[in-house]
Amino acid sequence: MEIWYSFVDHFLPFAWTHHTFMKNALLAVLLVSPVFAIMGTMVVNNKMAFFSDTIGHSALTGIAIGVLLGFQDPLWIMVIFSVLLAVAISMLKTLTGASTDTIIGAVSATMVALGIVILSRGGGFNKFSRFLVGDLLSINPKEVLLLVFTLVGVILLWGIMFNKFLLASVNPSLARSRGIPVRLVETLFCITTAVIVTISIQWVGILIINSLLILPAAAARNISRNMRQYHVASILITLTSGIAGLLMSYYWSTATGATIVLFAALFYLGALLLKPRFA
Amino acid sequence: MTYTDTILKSQRKSCGLCCTKLENFGVTIGKTEILSDLDLHIHCGDLTAVVGPNGAGKTTLLKAILGEIGHTGKLSFLDAKDCRRNPVVGYVPQRLDFDLGAPISVLDLFSACSSSWPVCLGHSRRLRERASASLASVQADHLLNRRLGDLSGGELQRVLLAMALDPGPDLLLLDEPVSGIDVQGKELFYNLVSDLRRQYDLSVILVSHDWSLLSRYADRIILLDRTVQCCGTPEEFFSNEKILRAYGPAVREDADQIRLGPKIIHRRGGVHA
Repeated sequence: MEIWYSFVDHFLPFAWTHHTFMKNALLAVLLVSPVFAIMGTMVVNNKMAFFSDTIGHSALTGIAIGVLLGFQDPLWIMVIFSVLLAVAISMLKTLTGASTDTIIGAVSATMVALGIVILSRGGGFNKFSRFLVGDLLSINPKEVLLLVFTLVGVILLWGIMFNKFLLASVNPSLARSRGIPVRLVETLFCITTAVIVTISIQWVGILIINSLLILPAAAARNISRNMRQYHVASILITLTSGIAGLLMSYYWSTATGATIVLFAALFYLGALLLKPRFA
Repeated sequence: MTYTDTILKSQRKSCGLCCTKLENFGVTIGKTEILSDLDLHIHCGDLTAVVGPNGAGKTTLLKAILGEIGHTGKLSFLDAKDCRRNPVVGYVPQRLDFDLGAPISVLDLFSACSSSWPVCLGHSRRLRERASASLASVQADHLLNRRLGDLSGGELQRVLLAMALDPGPDLLLLDEPVSGIDVQGKELFYNLVSDLRRQYDLSVILVSHDWSLLSRYADRIILLDRTVQCCGTPEEFFSNEKILRAYGPAVREDADQIRLGPKIIHRRGGVHA
């Protein structure tokens, strides 16, 4: 961390970088952005926008279970819970054959309700509201390290599995004929999405985390013609809106996550307008 | 480069798979029995056509052979020495259900199939050449950098065929590969498949509704409706009383369409599918 601090002091000698929390947050943005950008591309490809939304909302129940079990820091409980939920949703999907949005709609509402009921017992819901909005500026070096591991993990996963994810998303039968265990690959992807969404939720916030995942990829999709352009565009958009959002939230004193999402939304709008040139 | 050269280059040694054997084969999904009591023996070098009404279980049969759906009974792939082996299966789906807006280029899809290097990092020159050569074999090399969503139906099916042929498969499964494609496109597709299986001893299972084209290209036709209703060479098949009674009109209609084919080509003046 010391290296990063001196790097920032040396190369970015601005008023806002005098605060250590801003240095931490900047590093966090630089780490989280690529993760969300590349995960987002495949989430959008798989039409899983509502899936990741459900995982985000269900974090509330994860927190509630953690609190019930008496943990101070419910992160691990949340991760385990969301992984279980991800597996459950993909199993429900294959077993019942019902349409995904019905299942997800049902699960999402139930989980939010359950979480609120447990957490609001005794009127103490307010202290959990930080999870709803998220607070990127409160991130500490230990948590930044967790993000480093997440980024490395996602890059490794992409290196090994990307082609399989892509084929399974294009056509399961085609993927099956290539010897890809489609169901396993899909479940693995669901689990990864769940873990990443859950890890980032306390800094971005339950209400907006899904937009951060979907918006950059959806924007990049409009202006790219192949997978490489798609990823590059998505990463650039997330990084730019991440940094811009962090800065502006500092000057406007607004919630960081929401400000970042607004910038991403601007990019989406811009990409929509540019689409006719690329399509 | 002719397409035989390019196929030779990308092809593994000539296939050692000699037959695909289905014994007492059945598929039940939920409580619905979709296929039952199937006994089939598919030899290599044979183009076996599967016909039948909608809902007869044709696509289910292919998916069960692929292993996507569970099945009862025995499915075995035997090579020349009667040893079991895991064959390379090529598959061309009926319709590639994908998001038309997805930024996937033909090259992306091709590389995703044939290498493990993540497609999102770009493509090596070697892969690009290999894909280009493979696509050339189905007269589609000009489509290399196009977006999947921009291809026409016939172009997309040819790209899928090229992918199914690389690496050289032992068994090629075609699920109504050319439904909804114009007559020239169909003939081009069937000619390619027919040549390929002769040269490389592929077993081909083709699901189709194009009766008249089948009679020209298939070695064997199977009428499937929950089980094998009738099986034989095209001559046997089309002289079967039962078949003619049930499908006569459809067969004649398709035959008429084929006879019209050359006229259409003539009028358009050398338009290629």
